[in-house]
Amino acid sequence: MNFPILSSITFLPLIGAFFVFLTRSEKTEKNNGAIYISIFTSFLNFFISLFLWYSFDTKTSEFQFVEEIDWISGFIKFKFGIDGISILFILLTTLIVPIAIISCINSVKLRIKEFLIALLVLETFMIGVFCSLDLVVFYLFFEAGLIPMFLIIGIWGGPKKVYSAFKFFLFTLLGSVLMLVAIIAIYWITGTTDVTEIYQIKIPHEFQYLLWLAFFSSFAVKLPMWPVHTWLPDAHVEAPTPGSVILAAILLKMAGYGFLRFSIGLFPIASDYFTPLIFALSVIAVVYTSLVALMQDDMKKLIAYSSVAHMGFVTIGIFTFNKQGIEGSILQMISHGLISAALFLSVGILYDRTHSRLIKSYGGIVNILPKYSLFFMVFALATLGLPGTSGFVGEFLVLVGTFKVNFLVAVLASIGVILAAAYILWLYKRVIFGKLENPQLKKINDVNYLETSMLTVLCVMILLFGFYPDPLLETIKVSVDNLISNYNLEINNKLTLK
Amino acid sequence: MEYAVIFLPLFGAIFGYLSKYISDLTSQITTTFFVCVTAAISIILFYNGVINNDYGNYLIYEWISSGDFVVNWSVNIDPLSSIMLVVVTLISALVHIYSIGYMKHDPNKPRFMSYLSLFTFSMIVLVVSDNFLQLFFGWEGVGLCSYLLIGFWYKKDSANKAAIKAFIVNRVGDFGFALGIFLIFMFFGTVNYSEVFEITPKFSSETINFLGFNINLITLICLFLFIGAMGKSAQFFLHTWLPDAMEGPTPVSALIHAATMVTAGVFLVVRCSPIFEYSQIALNFVAIIGMLTAFFAASVALVQNDIKRIIAYSTCSQLGYMFFATGVGAYNVAIFHLFTHAFFKALLFLGSGSVIHSLKEEQDIRKMGGIWRQMPYTWIAMIVGTLALTGFPFLSGYYSKDAIIEFAYLKGTNIGYFAAGIGIVTALMTAMYSWRLIFKTFHGKFNNLDLSKFEIKDSGILIIFPLVILILGSIFSGIFFKELLIGHHYNDFWQSSILILKSIDHSNVPYWILFITPLLVTLAIPISYYLYIINNKILEKIKIKNQLIYKFLLNKWYIDEIYDFTFVRPSQIIGSFLWKSGDIKTIDRFGPDGISKIVKTLSKKTTKFQSGYIYDYAFVMLIGLSLLLTIFIFYK
Repeated sequence: MNFPILSSITFLPLIGAFFVFLTRSEKTEKNNGAIYISIFTSFLNFFISLFLWYSFDTKTSEFQFVEEIDWISGFIKFKFGIDGISILFILLTTLIVPIAIISCINSVKLRIKEFLIALLVLETFMIGVFCSLDLVVFYLFFEAGLIPMFLIIGIWGGPKKVYSAFKFFLFTLLGSVLMLVAIIAIYWITGTTDVTEIYQIKIPHEFQYLLWLAFFSSFAVKLPMWPVHTWLPDAHVEAPTPGSVILAAILLKMAGYGFLRFSIGLFPIASDYFTPLIFALSVIAVVYTSLVALMQDDMKKLIAYSSVAHMGFVTIGIFTFNKQGIEGSILQMISHGLISAALFLSVGILYDRTHSRLIKSYGGIVNILPKYSLFFMVFALATLGLPGTSGFVGEFLVLVGTFKVNFLVAVLASIGVILAAAYILWLYKRVIFGKLENPQLKKINDVNYLETSMLTVLCVMILLFGFYPDPLLETIKVSVDNLISNYNLEINNKLTLK
Repeated sequence: MEYAVIFLPLFGAIFGYLSKYISDLTSQITTTFFVCVTAAISIILFYNGVINNDYGNYLIYEWISSGDFVVNWSVNIDPLSSIMLVVVTLISALVHIYSIGYMKHDPNKPRFMSYLSLFTFSMIVLVVSDNFLQLFFGWEGVGLCSYLLIGFWYKKDSANKAAIKAFIVNRVGDFGFALGIFLIFMFFGTVNYSEVFEITPKFSSETINFLGFNINLITLICLFLFIGAMGKSAQFFLHTWLPDAMEGPTPVSALIHAATMVTAGVFLVVRCSPIFEYSQIALNFVAIIGMLTAFFAASVALVQNDIKRIIAYSTCSQLGYMFFATGVGAYNVAIFHLFTHAFFKALLFLGSGSVIHSLKEEQDIRKMGGIWRQMPYTWIAMIVGTLALTGFPFLSGYYSKDAIIEFAYLKGTNIGYFAAGIGIVTALMTAMYSWRLIFKTFHGKFNNLDLSKFEIKDSGILIIFPLVILILGSIFSGIFFKELLIGHHYNDFWQSSILILKSIDHSNVPYWILFITPLLVTLAIPISYYLYIINNKILEKIKIKNQLIYKFLLNKWYIDEIYDFTFVRPSQIIGSFLWKSGDIKTIDRFGPDGISKIVKTLSKKTTKFQSGYIYDYAFVMLIGLSLLLTIFIFYK
C-alpha cells in the first residue's frame, strides 16, 4: 500500500489542533504559539494537497489514492478515495482555511486558542467529507462538521449568537436525521455502505424516490435552497469573520458535492424524476433572494442572501445533466468559495475597524481606504459575474447548459444576473463612494500587509480562473464525463425496460 | 503586431495605474504613449488591409473548453474590425492627449488615465473578437469602464447614481444578448463567427417553440442580439442611461458615449449581418427602433438646456440613423456613418468640454452666450462639428447621413420610405437644436452672473491640438472614404466581413432627394439665428401656448418616471415584502421559531402537572383510570 496521503491531509489538522491545545494562555491573551502552529499546519496541508493535485491523474475516472481499512469488521469500512471533482473541493478547503486562520489574528480577541482548535478540527471534518467513499464515514464527517461551527457561532458570535446557533443547528439536524435513516435503508437494500460497490449494484427504482428525498432534505438545508435558507443570513450575521468565511466558502459546498456524488450517482432515476422540483426551488431562490438582498441594510446579510442566489445556479447546473451545466456548477462552487470568502473578509476588515455592519454607517470609504476599495471592487464585479472573473465562467456555463434543457428556467435565472448587478453595485455605492460623513470613519487605516496579502491571493485566483479556467476544467473533465455517461446509461435502461 | 494592438493598451492601463507611485506625469505619458502607438499600428493594419489585402486570425490561447463548448481568445483582423480599430484607437489617442490638459486640476489623474486605457483595451477586445463570447467579454468590459468613468467623481451622488443606472440598464440589454448567445450555441453548436455564419442559411426556415410561441429561430436569435445592441447603443426603451452618463468627465463622454462604446451595438448588428440578412422581421424591427430613437432623441434635444445632454441626445439620435441603415440592409453605410460620426461627435464633445472648462464647470447654455471672441479656436471647432453633424454640403456628415436617407428611400419598401421620411424630418430637427446650441453658447448676450466675460480664455494647446485633428477628420473623412466604403465597388473593401443578400442599386437617385436635406439644413441656420438670437419672443409664445408638449419634451417623454414606477420601485417593494413577510413572517414563523415555540408551550403546559400536591396526582390518576376503563369497555 502506498503512502496514505488522503488520511494525512485529513488528519493533519487534527494533530495541529492537539498541539494548539498544549499551548497555554489566558482567555484574553494573544496566543502567538497557537497562531503559529495553526498557520504552519494549515499551510503544510495546503502544500500537501497541491502535491496531491500534481500527482493526480486527470485521464481516468477511477477513484484514486484509495485507502481502505476495516473499521467495524464486516459492516463499515473506512474508505477514502478521490476523483477529479473531490480534489478541487479539497484544494478549496486547504486554501481557505489558512486564510481564515490568518484573519483570526485581527478578528478574534477572546479565547483564540480554542477558536483555532475549532477551526482545525473543522478542517479535518470538511476534508473528510470530500474524501469519504463510504456512506457512514461520509455521514459522520458531514454531521460532525456541525459541532465546531455551532460552537464558533455560539461562543464567538454577536449579540444574537445563541438564537442563530440553535437555528443553524436545528435546521441542519432536521435534514440529516432523514439522511441517516436513508443510509441505513441503503445498507439493508444493498448489503453495503461502500459507495463504489453501490454504484455497481445499483439501487432498485422503487426505493430510489424516497431515498433521494431523504438525501435531498439534508443537502437542501445545507446548500441552502429556498425555503429552508433562513438560517444562513442569521448564522452569517452572528458568526465571527473566519466563521463566515468557512461557512460560505466550504460548508455550503459540501451539499453541492453531496448532490453530485450521491443524489445523482446513487439515484439517477429519482434525480431525473425530481428535476422539476429542483429547478423550481432554485429559480425561486435565485430571483427571490436576489430581490431580498436588494433591500438589506446589513452588509453580511446582503452577502448571505447573494450566496443563496449563487448556490441556486449550482443546483440548476447540476440537474441539467449535461457537460456545460455540471462543469459550470462545479466551477461556480469553486468560484463562489473564493468570492464569498473574499467578500466576508472585506466586510470583516471594516467591522474590525468600526464595529458596524450596517450599510448606512459607511459611505465615502474610498477617500480613506483606496486599496481596500480597489479589492472590494474586484470582488463586487466577480459577484455580479463580470467576464474575466471566475464568477462569469461558472454562471455562463450553467446557463448555457440550462438553456439546452429548459428555456424558461434559463431565462428566469438570467434575471438573477441583472438583479445581482443591482444589489452589489448599490451596496458598493453606499459603502465606498460618496462623501465621507461619519466622523468615526476618519480615523481608520487602510488595509495592512496581512490583510493585503490575504485579499491579493483571493483576487489573483478570481482573475486567474476568469481568464484561464483550464486547470479546473481539465481536472474535472473525465470525472464529469463518467458521471454523465453513468446517468444516461441508467435512464436508457429504464426506458428500454418500459 | 496584431497582438500588440490588444496588449499595448492593457500594459498602458496597468503601468499607468502603478506609476501613480512615481508621478502623475509619468502615468499620463505612459498611457498616452501606449495608446498612440496602438493607433499608429491600427492605421498600418488598415492600410495593409486595403492595399495588400492582408487580413488574418491570430490565436492567443484557449479560454473555455467544456465539452463541445470551446472558446478562444484571438485577434481577428478583417475589413470590419480594421476600420473599427482605426476609429477606436485614433479617437482614444486624441482623448488621452486632451485629458492631460482637461484633468489638470484633478487629484486622481493616474486612475483616470488608466481607466481610459482599460476602456480602450476592452473595446479592442470587443472589436477583434472572432467569437461571440470574447465579444461579450469586451462588451461587459466596456460597460464596466463606462461605469467606472461615469462615477469617476465619486463624491457626487448624482454621478454614482448615473453610473449604476448605466450599468444596470446595460445589463438588461446584456441579458438579451446572452440569451442570443445561448440560442446560437444550442442550435449551431458553436459560438465562432465563421462557423455560425456558414451554417445560418440551413436554419433559415427553422421554427422553435419559445415560451409557447412558434417563432422563426433566426428571427429570435436576431431579436435577442438586438436587445443587447439596444442597451449598449442607447436605443429607445433602453436609452435612459445615456443622458445621465453625462455626469462623467467630458473626455469620457467624447470617447465612450459618442465615438466608440455606444457604437458597439451598431457594430454587433453589422458583424452579424450574415444572420440578420435571413430575417426580414428582425431587420424591420431594427429599422423601426432606429427611426423611433432618431426622432425621439432629436425632439427631446430641442428643449434641453445642458450643453452635454443636448449632444448626448444628438448621439442617441445619430445612432438611430445607423440602426435604420442596418435595418434596410445598408450595413456599409451604417459603418460609414459610424466612422464620420466618431470624428464630428468627438469634436463636439471635446469642444463643449473646452467651453465648460473655460466657464468653470458651467454646463447650462442659458448661462452662456457671446463668448466666441474669447474662445476663437473652440468656436471654430464647434462650428465645424455642427456643420458636419447637420450634414452641411461637402463635410463628412453630408456624405454619410444623406447616404443613409438615400439608401432607405431606394430600398423601395414601405419601411424604407418611412425611414427616409423620418430621416429628413430628423435632419431638420438636428440642424435646429445644433444651431440653437451654438447660438446660445457663443452668440447673443453673455448671461453668466458668476463670471466676468473677460476672465474667459481659450484652452491650452493640449486641448486645442486634438480638436484640430478632429476638425480635419470632420471635414475630410467623408469625401475621402466615401468611394472606398459605400461606392460602387464597396465589395472590394468589405469582402466577406458583411453580407448583403439584396444589394441596393444606388445609380438612379431621384434629384429631389439629393437636394432636400442639404437645402433644409442650410435653411435651418438663418432660421435658428432669427429664432434664438434676433427675435426670441416668438419661441417664448410658442412655449407658453404649447405648455403640455414642452413639458413632455423637457421631461424626455417621461420615460424615466415610467421605469421608476414600473420596475425600480416594485422590485424594492417586492424585495422588502419577501424579506419581511416571506422570510421572517412565514418561513421562520412556521419553521424554526414556530417549532421551538410549540415545544416551549407544550413543555410549559406539562410542567403544570407536576404541582407537588398529592390530590392533583390522585385526580389525574382517577381520570386516566376512568378513560382506560371506558376504552376497554367500548372496544371489548
